[in-house]
Amino acid sequence: MKKVGGRFALLALVVVLSVVFFLPSYKPLYQAMPDWARKVIPDKGITLGLDLQGGIHMVMEVDEDRAVEIAVDRSVVSLQDLLVDKKIPAESVKRTGANHISIQFANGEIKAQIQKLVDEYPTFFEVDAAGSANSVVWELRESEVKRIKDSAINQALETIRNRIDQFGVAEPLVQRQGLKQIVVQLPGVKEPKRAKDLIKETALLEFKMLDEDNQMKMDFPPRVPKEKEAEVLKQFEGKVPEGDQILFERVVEKETGREFRIPFLVKKRVMLTGDVLSDARVSIGQFNDPYVSIEFDGKGGREFERITGENVKKRMAVVLDNTIYSAPVIQERISGGRAQITGTFTTQEASDLAIVLRAGALPAPLKIIQDLTVGPSLGQDSIDKGVQSTLIAGALVVVFMIVYYRLSGVIADFALVLNLVCLLGALSALNATLTLPGIAGIVLTIGMGVDSNVLIFERIREELRAGKAVRLAVDGGYAKALLTIIDAHVTTLITGVALFLFGTGPIKGFAVTLCLGIAINLFTAFVGTKVVFDLLNHRRKVETLSI
Amino acid sequence: MLEILGKTNFDFMGKRKIAFLFSGIMVLLGLIAVVQIARGAANLGIDFSGGTAVQLKFDQAIRIDEARNALESNGVGNAELQEFGQDNKLLVRVKASTTIEERTAERVMTIFTKEFPNNHFVVDSTTEIGPTIGKKLQEDALIAVVISFAGIILYIAARFELRFGVAAALATFHDVLAVLGAFYVLDKEITVLVVTALLTLAGYSLTDTVVVFDRIRENLRLRRRDTEEATINNAVNQVLSRTIVTSLTVVLVLIPLTIAGGEVLHDFSLALLWGVIFGTYSSVFVASPLLLLWPGAPGRLLKRS
Repeated sequence: MKKVGGRFALLALVVVLSVVFFLPSYKPLYQAMPDWARKVIPDKGITLGLDLQGGIHMVMEVDEDRAVEIAVDRSVVSLQDLLVDKKIPAESVKRTGANHISIQFANGEIKAQIQKLVDEYPTFFEVDAAGSANSVVWELRESEVKRIKDSAINQALETIRNRIDQFGVAEPLVQRQGLKQIVVQLPGVKEPKRAKDLIKETALLEFKMLDEDNQMKMDFPPRVPKEKEAEVLKQFEGKVPEGDQILFERVVEKETGREFRIPFLVKKRVMLTGDVLSDARVSIGQFNDPYVSIEFDGKGGREFERITGENVKKRMAVVLDNTIYSAPVIQERISGGRAQITGTFTTQEASDLAIVLRAGALPAPLKIIQDLTVGPSLGQDSIDKGVQSTLIAGALVVVFMIVYYRLSGVIADFALVLNLVCLLGALSALNATLTLPGIAGIVLTIGMGVDSNVLIFERIREELRAGKAVRLAVDGGYAKALLTIIDAHVTTLITGVALFLFGTGPIKGFAVTLCLGIAINLFTAFVGTKVVFDLLNHRRKVETLSI
Repeated sequence: MLEILGKTNFDFMGKRKIAFLFSGIMVLLGLIAVVQIARGAANLGIDFSGGTAVQLKFDQAIRIDEARNALESNGVGNAELQEFGQDNKLLVRVKASTTIEERTAERVMTIFTKEFPNNHFVVDSTTEIGPTIGKKLQEDALIAVVISFAGIILYIAARFELRFGVAAALATFHDVLAVLGAFYVLDKEITVLVVTALLTLAGYSLTDTVVVFDRIRENLRLRRRDTEEATINNAVNQVLSRTIVTSLTVVLVLIPLTIAGGEVLHDFSLALLWGVIFGTYSSVFVASPLLLLWPGAPGRLLKRS
């Protein structure tokens, strides 16, 4: 007579452990538990995948080349200032290609003077020093190009993290993937579009002067619909004076919500950028219109005071990502390091603008290369359908097994339930992510799991037909089916593991449930059901078996 | 004892010519599908090809031709539309040529808001996949396929004698190619999930083959006097009911999953469902008869001590 006690205790232990691990996955029950109980059981269970709880999964790439260009552009601006300060009459300073600065001048005698300036820009070196008498070309060092590209992605990561923190999402994931990709996962986001806009925005804030003298000569249309920007740019392409550019002011018609654009001629030179900001917040103006008030840090405040002082009665454009938000006339020198960004905002737009300004600008634009967004309604819908089909599938199998195998079918169904309990317990213990294909994996293991018992039962039937006593038939059936079942499981496991290694997101979820389900099935089929059979045979001498 | 089939004595091996013809056609279709996929001419899902998919759930039913007209007159002409009847759901797919910068998803939503002002919708999901990600997924899928098949073949090689191993591997390829061929003929999309289903199927369809082969090995040892054809036929008949019952339990769970599992899982479940049916057929009509094409020493068919 075989001992069953030990194996029974093992089964009971596994079930209890599974339930304990599963508890935190079922939130209503977990929350209802007393404090002391919540302290002793694990606090994390199964997490739902983005496809089930809704949310955003985005993969982005930082435009590194653009980051280098932007860095070179900054050096161009500072060099222009330096030339003015030193009263060196250069004609133009321009970025050429991605990483060159070309300085043109009429008077060849100042060449040496300009060449010497490279000492103050150690990240650049002069190319072809003997070349033209009227120009000097600098190139950004390769090491600096590499550094800019490296720091661009780190800076972008940092900025995105800041923005998401301030937006407020539970358990966001912002991660670097490979060399230049950033993965952002925002589970359960209710306003996906707003969240995406918030992340994508470069948020480069610049203060630039309008070129009012030349604006008159341009004969711009007063305002155009948002879509017509490109047309206007094309129309005036050749007429823009050197050192100027056309930027558009964004205007929203309050009654209709339609967006318009007003073209302005703006000097390219950047007076001040957003990196000197120390704070940005939403305020409400006297006509109940929201605006963003910004505060400069010490250095920025002094700069702003100087710039406004030098440009009284002129118009300065507040430019965010190449769109003008407002272009007020500077009435007087502004001290105290504060300014306002007004425009036609909704309160939400203003508060999002404040967030991106506080979190800082991205070093370069982001390119979204993958964007999966699942609305909350579809998530719930998927859960409902998943649970529903699981229940129907389970019921069909349970009924079939009882009809076909009678009492033994009931035992197989017991193993099936055991299988599900252990599977959920294991998924919880591993803090696995349950996805919709993962649910399909669970359903599949229901169908595949009973196969083991079918194979065993058919063997037992055969042994019984051959006239063996019940206990011998049972033992024989289990022994003979064992290898076949292992073979069958291993091949499925192989594909499961391959899917786990190379699948992404939802597919991984499927692979996890499939592999776990199959491994657990070996245990429930050979320990779980066998114990019950042994128990039946243990009590009395069984003459017949209901199978 | 309830039995689906009592003691049977079908002449499965005698039907092998018809079976090989049918299977040959299915495999050929599958191979054509593989070639077309490799050429980029097959109906690949946007997860592989790159592109945009938007799924909208409307308050009222929406006519698919009206939706198409609305999209076309607003410049989205290359969209594929699919509706999921009872829920008033509409899936709009725009393939490859689009890049994410064009904000196709937003454009589609704007068009429906404008053209159907009285039929409100919620956005179930949007998927935008850039070409680099699509390429990456294609590569990953290919690696997963290669590793799975290599793993299965290695395992079979370790467990079976060569002749059985080759027959089992061929039967597995047959099942996968048959489903792929069927998907190709019906112009169904090959998505990442469908590939997942095909791989799972490759692992699972071996189960039936293993069951049959085990019995053939046993019988070849016990009954050395019968012809090999008779022995194999006998073995297949002996395990026929369990071959059917094991598949039946999986079919029983896949049917509700196909019908009630929702649109995301539909094709995935369908591929598995067909695959299980093909797998059952192939273990009887393909794998076993294949053994006869390659006579070997009786009794040594499986390496098993």
